[in-house]
Amino acid sequence: MIDVRVTNEALNVQSCADLAMTAASGGVDMFIGTVRSETKGKRVVQLEFEAYKGMAENEMKKIAEYAMQKWTLNKVLIHHRIGVLQIKEIPVIIAVAAAHRAEAFDACRYIIDTLKQTVPIWKKEIFEDGEVWVAAHP
Amino acid sequence: MKLKILAFGIAKDILGSPIKEIETGEGANTSVAGFKDALEQQYPELKKLSSYAIAVNNEYAAEDIMINENDEVAIIPPVSGG
Repeated sequence: MIDVRVTNEALNVQSCADLAMTAASGGVDMFIGTVRSETKGKRVVQLEFEAYKGMAENEMKKIAEYAMQKWTLNKVLIHHRIGVLQIKEIPVIIAVAAAHRAEAFDACRYIIDTLKQTVPIWKKEIFEDGEVWVAAHP
Repeated sequence: MKLKILAFGIAKDILGSPIKEIETGEGANTSVAGFKDALEQQYPELKKLSSYAIAVNNEYAAEDIMINENDEVAIIPPVSGG
């Protein structure tokens, strides 16, 4: 079972864990992305996330489907928040439920690594003295 | 052909709008490669990006894919989600 979502609303770790848990699973591996207070020694004021929503959910679904094929999993959840986020807020939660923990760990890592490469979501860092779209320029 | 395109992230800043009409200067359809040429002529700032992709109807599109008038086309600058 796959649950992918791009949303303006604050993400909830407990709700995601609850959604991912199944009776057939021995564990749920979760990745909780958070907004870090600095980047390359510079203080971050806030982050702004933007998404091409339809395509983002489509790409997230493809990643989840691939993971479900490659590993024996019961559930994959990928929730990504967009809008303005403050330090320590949560832009992304990934939860993977499987009968055995090795697969949950491996799949979860694969999912976040791949999301960062293919899903059309963009992050802008806001500093005290300016703002930068992450990775846009070499 | 006139195409309505969506621009995100830094591409939105470069084009000045999240939605823009682009004249591709070709006939009834164009390849992604042809479209990128037309785009870069009108918005040379795009060439300074590390890279950018074109999505046609919510799928990443290779250079040789043909774009038709009613396709949903988007400029996808380097992604940075997660």
